[in-house]
Amino acid sequence: MSILVDTHTRLIVQGFTGAHGTFHSKETLACHTKLVGGVTPGRGGETHLGLPVFDTVEQAQQQLHADATVIFVPPAGAADAILEAIACEIPLIVCITEGIPVQDMLRVRIALDRSKSRLIGPNCPGVITPGACKIGIMPAPIHRRGHVGIVSRSGTLTYEAVAQTTALGMGQSTSVGIGGDPIKGLDFTDIVEMFLADPETESLIMIGEIGGQSENDAARLIKDSRTTKPVVALVAGITAPPGRRMGHAGAVISGGDDTAEAKIEALRSAGVHIAPTAADLGTTLQAVLRG
Amino acid sequence: MNIHEYQAKELLKSFGVPVPPGIAVRSPDEARDAAKSLGGDLFVVKAQIHAGGRGAGHYVGDPACSGVRLVKTAAEARAAAFEMLDRTLVTRQTGSQGRVVRRLYVEAGCAIDRELYLSLLIDRTERCITVVASEAGGMSIEDVAAKTPEKIMKIRISPSLGLADHQSRELATRLGLHGPLIGQFATIVHAAWEAFTTLDASLIEMNPLVVTKDNTLLALDAKMGFDDNGLFRHRAIQELRDPNEEDPREQEAARFGLSYVSLDGTIGCMVNGAGLAMATMDIIHQEGESPANFLDVGGGSSREKVGAAFRVLLSAPGLEGVLVNIFGGIMRCDIIADAVISACRETGLNVPLVIRLAGTNVEEGMAMIRSCGLDLIIATDLGDAARKIVTAVRTRRAA
Repeated sequence: MSILVDTHTRLIVQGFTGAHGTFHSKETLACHTKLVGGVTPGRGGETHLGLPVFDTVEQAQQQLHADATVIFVPPAGAADAILEAIACEIPLIVCITEGIPVQDMLRVRIALDRSKSRLIGPNCPGVITPGACKIGIMPAPIHRRGHVGIVSRSGTLTYEAVAQTTALGMGQSTSVGIGGDPIKGLDFTDIVEMFLADPETESLIMIGEIGGQSENDAARLIKDSRTTKPVVALVAGITAPPGRRMGHAGAVISGGDDTAEAKIEALRSAGVHIAPTAADLGTTLQAVLRG
Repeated sequence: MNIHEYQAKELLKSFGVPVPPGIAVRSPDEARDAAKSLGGDLFVVKAQIHAGGRGAGHYVGDPACSGVRLVKTAAEARAAAFEMLDRTLVTRQTGSQGRVVRRLYVEAGCAIDRELYLSLLIDRTERCITVVASEAGGMSIEDVAAKTPEKIMKIRISPSLGLADHQSRELATRLGLHGPLIGQFATIVHAAWEAFTTLDASLIEMNPLVVTKDNTLLALDAKMGFDDNGLFRHRAIQELRDPNEEDPREQEAARFGLSYVSLDGTIGCMVNGAGLAMATMDIIHQEGESPANFLDVGGGSSREKVGAAFRVLLSAPGLEGVLVNIFGGIMRCDIIADAVISACRETGLNVPLVIRLAGTNVEEGMAMIRSCGLDLIIATDLGDAARKIVTAVRTRRAA
């Protein structure tokens, strides 16, 4: 078991023939993921990387019956690409694109909330179940199948957690980057809930940052769940000045309990183990597991 | 991105928000002429900087002179402008270094009966645009929220239905407005909402929105912020950017698509990924030193981009060391190594540099760093990198 994706997941790519779509599709194919085709409007009927190209997701779905789609469409068209995937009832939508206007995402959320589709991202590295299915832009070689569930708002910090748990021989069940935007799809609470219910996932690493309330919501969920699975967390941005956007659109302290300190306190009081720095994610978890 | 009050008022006026007549000026003579052409016997001369608290702020070396002055004649407007232009104003939002005032806004004064607060913003928890209003206008909304939270009222705008006017009318009555003011208030909220959605705003604030003695509503102050992600479809808004209000290093970084924030420490950081960049700042802090900047060089960086990133971070005053921390995903470590080596050669780096590489093509990258002949310190992981740069900086300081 794992969460969200496994060896059976059939994947299509929106923005298939573009530079990013092409580069990452090759990487995905090299990881034995069932990539079955893609969509680029105006290029329907062509073959790309040995796979069929369609003009619309609707046409692709009639032939391919995909379970998941990954979106590499530039910001101006990315929200529309998500809406297209929702309209075609694709169960899992992963949007890599960074820079989607926030008001576009407010509209996407309406369609998403009325659908059965689940969205990961935008502005995220994607999701991977090592050895089974890779959807996104993460470097595959650092992963190893194991029992740690990883969820993070940051791409490269996810890789830190992955590399450290791989180096210590623990490996990952599934690793999910939920993205750095303020309005997004699945959030910490959704993914943590899935990991807590997944028998293969024996422990969790959660990587948050300044801005918003998601970490505090997750703290409440973890506390209420009375789970026995150890959870290790890091919240980045202790030294970030208030009111400044730190790279991610969602990483800005706007007042109240959206600071790193407040989130760390909420997580700690929910029984979560706090890694002192990003260099200690793996060793903190290892120490907890060894009791 | 933020804009000045006079720009925000011009935009909001074009959507139907009532604002006092006013003219932006850049010299004392222009201030005098502005007052003459506005007419009347009361004028407000306001410093235009991207920071709030101007009325309660003061000029450096002149505690009696604030950023908002009331004057009665054109000659007085000229005299006030003389005292206010090209000098540094300090407010609770500028920090102690303050901001140089390069432009003033001369407005017709009005007789105020009541001061209200009105703003629109994106509520990320509720995933909608929210209207915030208060009967306690003219003071900082953060203070109102802390001291009298019951005076803050909110309505949430459904992203699918849009703003319903009854919501605004209800808000008006809760603010204690009567008669024609209720309709006027609803019109203002609707106009602001139109501006917000049309222009990809992230904040519109009117503080105060006043009821005048002759019983009309008027936005006496206005502030607008925009979603940086939405700017690509609003060229006219991009042109309202005032380079004087932005950190020169942040602007230079932005030209190369780099995300940079100036901080007040002494260790420069170059990192890929926003989260890792913050975590790198945090770990430097944990080791007892302070970061000079936040810098995310992004995923697919070229040699040019890394070179630009280097020049920007090396230009920070008082820099004592540099930490390069790259976890290559899309970014290949050999490309980073090559770019760092050539940037070091070009800039003649004279402070210690610690480099940590991980991920895609790390072996090739490390080999290049080892054989380049430059005095670069190699770290094996993030913790090692932080300890090594702190040690190097302290050794240099002691020497």
